Amino acid sequence: MEIKLDHLVKVYDKNTPREVCAVRDISLEIPSKGIFGIIGKSGAGKSTLVRLVSLLERPDSGEVIYGEQRVDNLSEGELILRRRRLGMIFQNFNLFSSRTAGQNIAYPLEICSVPKTIIHKRVEELLSLVGLSDRADAAISTLSGGQKQRIAIARALANNPDILFCDEATSALDPQTTHSILDLIRTIQREMNLTVVMITHQMEVVRDACSSVAVLNEGQVVEQGSVEDIFLHPSTEITREFLSNLTQPVPVHTPKEDMVRWSTHGGKYTLRFNGSLTDEPVLSQLARNFSIEFNIRAGGIQNLSDHKVGTLVTDITGDDAEVRRAIAYLRSTGIIVEYDGVEE
Amino acid sequence: MIAVNKLLLLVSVATWQTIIMVLLSTVFSILLGLPLGILLCISNPDTGIHPRPVLNQVLTRIVNALRSFPFIILMILLFPLSRILIGTSIGTAATIVPLSIAAAPFVARIIESALKEVDPGVVQAARSMGSSIMQIIVKVLIPEALPSLADGITLTIINLIGYSAMAGAIGGGGLGDLAIRYGYQRFRPDVMAAAVIVILVLVEAIQFAGTTISARLMGRR
Repeated sequence: MEIKLDHLVKVYDKNTPREVCAVRDISLEIPSKGIFGIIGKSGAGKSTLVRLVSLLERPDSGEVIYGEQRVDNLSEGELILRRRRLGMIFQNFNLFSSRTAGQNIAYPLEICSVPKTIIHKRVEELLSLVGLSDRADAAISTLSGGQKQRIAIARALANNPDILFCDEATSALDPQTTHSILDLIRTIQREMNLTVVMITHQMEVVRDACSSVAVLNEGQVVEQGSVEDIFLHPSTEITREFLSNLTQPVPVHTPKEDMVRWSTHGGKYTLRFNGSLTDEPVLSQLARNFSIEFNIRAGGIQNLSDHKVGTLVTDITGDDAEVRRAIAYLRSTGIIVEYDGVEE
Repeated sequence: MIAVNKLLLLVSVATWQTIIMVLLSTVFSILLGLPLGILLCISNPDTGIHPRPVLNQVLTRIVNALRSFPFIILMILLFPLSRILIGTSIGTAATIVPLSIAAAPFVARIIESALKEVDPGVVQAARSMGSSIMQIIVKVLIPEALPSLADGITLTIINLIGYSAMAGAIGGGGLGDLAIRYGYQRFRPDVMAAAVIVILVLVEAIQFAGTTISARLMGRR
């Protein structure tokens, strides 16, 4: 199900001193059957945007369109019916503590008056899909964070939704659990042919799970494109900030670190290699063909969901003209060269 | 010996009257207070379930006004209503009317605050799955708030025991009536003491039962 957002605006506490424009003029096209990331810092308008897209709130102006159907102007009754074909998971899981794990998954079926025997069968299927068949009767408080999110995913999928919204779904989880939850979401997306919208403030999540991404800042989309493009050509300060958090070399001892840094200072040039370029002997050719000094300060490879991006932080010194020629050569091979964080 | 027998008879009849009064007025006050409490909760713009700010303000004012009304005065004002409904304004049955009405706004507040304690995220999840307002109330809010609701109802029953004793002063039945007519007006400290002890025991027993039920409900989570 393709989702189209057309000039969405949402203002809270209108005409009062507390007036906040949470979403100002957002237009987006979220392609069908993929994982689309929406990244932004807290206060960027992510939560409001997801509430508008998931039909929990109505925009002040603009349109939300699912496929061919405009949905933001549906009546209350129609909205309830449409929401039953949406799945949503949350940062804090939001499971019902008065119900067991299995009963939580049964809830969306119960409210659609599905017969008990069918509910029972479906709950078992879903429990095994998320790998928790043995925890059907477990009280929610006895589950770990990762298990809670798995139950929440099973609950979100109970009614065979066409869209799954993940609102900071991994923000309360440790890196390892985040990884396994993202794996699960990717598998489900493929198997059920879902359109997944993932709202997050973590670039790792975008890198590991999404195919396209929109960057949100102050209630507006400042940048959007395929994850590969955004990683290679970040065009706004805010995106670069997200990326630098990702490649930040401190603390050096973390085993799962993306970047390895040899020296704590230096590194005027950042070279970014994508895909097959990571295998080319570009640097040795560079050293052979140009009379420059080459000093590697840090380097690493980031695994995106389906390909790799290599990053090298270096100093290139020597005759100015020679350095310029060397850079031009690097660019001609398809490598992206940034000087002091700016792609010239 | 005869005196002791008579005392026992008096106290047991009065205890029975108190239990009936409190039980029935608890039921009626919940019948009146529960819908009001639910309405107060869901119409509140903060909960976002069914925001109706004006209705919410009006109900809040009414509940506040009724709650701040001194019980004795409310009871006197409600004598005519008792006469219409029960046929008299004196005795156990007649007291149930003002007791229920006096406790209803209290129950409404207790239910409102118990329901408001339910995690807004959980309510949002229920909405996102396409729950109707009725489904949110019946399948989410009430089950999620059950332990607090049990605590609140315990508190209501204990309050009603206190109110019912007060009602004895102006013609209600039960232990309060016994304590005032025999213990106070006829100078029988033994009757007074017996009535007070029974009330204390009742309150303790109900508090214990309420706490146990609430803990059981919590323990299953």
